[in-house]
Amino acid sequence: MPRRRDEMVPDAEFRSYYGQPVIKPPIWHEPHMPTYLYLGGLSGAASTMAAVARLSGDRRLEFSSRLIAFAGGTAGAAFLVAELGRPERFLNMLRVFKTSSPMSVGSWTLAAQGGLTAVGAASAVTGVLPLVGDAASLASGVTGTLMATYTAVLLADTAVPIWHEGRRELPFLFAGSAMASAGGMAMLTTPRAQAGPARAATVLGAAVETAAGAIMERRLGMLSEPYHSGKAGRLMRASRVLTAGGGLLAAVAGRSRALTALSGLAVTAGALCTRFAVLEAGRVSAVDPKYTVVPQRERLDAGRPASVPGR
Amino acid sequence: MAERMGFFTDTTLCIGCKACEVACKEWNDVPDDGFVFRATSYDNTGALGADTWRHVAFIEQDSRWLMSSDVCKHCTHAACLDVCPTGALFRTEFDTVVVQSDVCNGCGYCVPACPYGVIDRRERDGRAWKCTMCYDRLRGGLEPACAKACPTKSIQFGPLEELRVRAEERVERLHAEGMTEARLYGEDPDNGVGGAGAFFLLLDEPETYGLPPDPVVTTRDLGEMWRWAGVAAFGLAGALAACFLRRS
Ligand code: SF4
Ligand code: SF4
Repeated sequence: MPRRRDEMVPDAEFRSYYGQPVIKPPIWHEPHMPTYLYLGGLSGAASTMAAVARLSGDRRLEFSSRLIAFAGGTAGAAFLVAELGRPERFLNMLRVFKTSSPMSVGSWTLAAQGGLTAVGAASAVTGVLPLVGDAASLASGVTGTLMATYTAVLLADTAVPIWHEGRRELPFLFAGSAMASAGGMAMLTTPRAQAGPARAATVLGAAVETAAGAIMERRLGMLSEPYHSGKAGRLMRASRVLTAGGGLLAAVAGRSRALTALSGLAVTAGALCTRFAVLEAGRVSAVDPKYTVVPQRERLDAGRPASVPGR
Repeated sequence: MAERMGFFTDTTLCIGCKACEVACKEWNDVPDDGFVFRATSYDNTGALGADTWRHVAFIEQDSRWLMSSDVCKHCTHAACLDVCPTGALFRTEFDTVVVQSDVCNGCGYCVPACPYGVIDRRERDGRAWKCTMCYDRLRGGLEPACAKACPTKSIQFGPLEELRVRAEERVERLHAEGMTEARLYGEDPDNGVGGAGAFFLLLDEPETYGLPPDPVVTTRDLGEMWRWAGVAAFGLAGALAACFLRRS
């Protein structure tokens, strides 16, 4: 019977069934799921940016943002459908609306986001029905905020310890990352003179993503180990460097076209690395029984067993 | 709704014959799950999964041998059912939890949601599968195949309330006989899943059998998750607005 000693937490000796996992790891595939998480966030933050740009009269930035929101949402939906075990049954997602299922809420959000951003983008490109386009784009500004954050609830609402216990910080990690992604992509597709707010979004988003990640790891304690070692650790470190570097570059890029492009690419790569790191860390966290058993055993030994009040 | 039905698996009676595993496969037409020698124990089944709905665990200890037939817990608060976006997972009139395979689209969300690692996606057909407590047999007034086949009555099937009473009595008797390590697992309606519809009598800590010592239904914290996500969503809108203000 494996008994292991954990360096960071004394007394983390634990018992298991021949070291086998207690819970099942998430079965979502790479690159589908992490790419969807990135694209969904990109689309969400971009549509909110488009709505704000509309209100402040930044028409050029609004135009780019609308197209990014549409492209991100559409490509994201394609990745999500490809991820299903039975893609031909995708529409079963819209068979019911279940508030107890973040994937149900997310599917409806994605459907709304996809429809609204499609109308917004079509109207922006063709100039047809501008009022309808504006209304759709403004509405997608609201669905966009949900789009950029619901995926955090999606992951946290599982038995995977590193996700479930990271439930406070994950939405900020993803929102920050989405903001940086949208800012970066808008910088890449908008003439410099009109891209000021996009630059600011890149800087601010990168800062939030970096801070949320650091706070999450601190609070997770021993559970955060997968973020520091192996493949997930390498991805997380890459994400840190790319995100912080890209954010800093956006702040200092000034008139340089090359530096601006580099910054946009860096935050995009950073945001992708974040999603791949979080997915991979979740797999490790589920497969090693330590992360499931030790906190639960500590709870029992402390005389605080779990319960479900009020249900 | 009919009475709530359940399993009481008394592991002190299990002889590791795997009749339950075989009966389950036969009745439910569950495909081959591979025959893998793990070199750790007599267990060549491994774990519960899409193609394994009963799993007999073998734990060799110094002076004794523990065996236990694991199964879906048919939780009162079932995370798999809560998170299923299609409604494929539903609660039956027997208060059990069953997947409708014609509705499941294989999103896989139920898999990491289950705190016991029970349900899994079968990659061959892309759908999620697990124990149905032989829903078809129950509707026909029969007991589940595993309970029927168990030669030692280690697997007992019946109304959950009756099983709980019977289990309490069994633990008392074992304690009186000196087996003070006997304990019930999962039967408490106040536990993290609101009580399991399939509970166990164990002779060691649950984690020794591959069971989570103190599982909790993840959706218990869903309100908190949405609150933080809501704060982040508002924060995102506010931060983006600030990016436009700052410049002017
Ligand atoms: S044990 Fe897992 S699969 Fe079975 S009802 Fe509970 S959550 Fe669902
Ligand atoms: S895989 Fe099937 S049963 Fe599981 S959550 Fe998705 S739709 Fe529901």
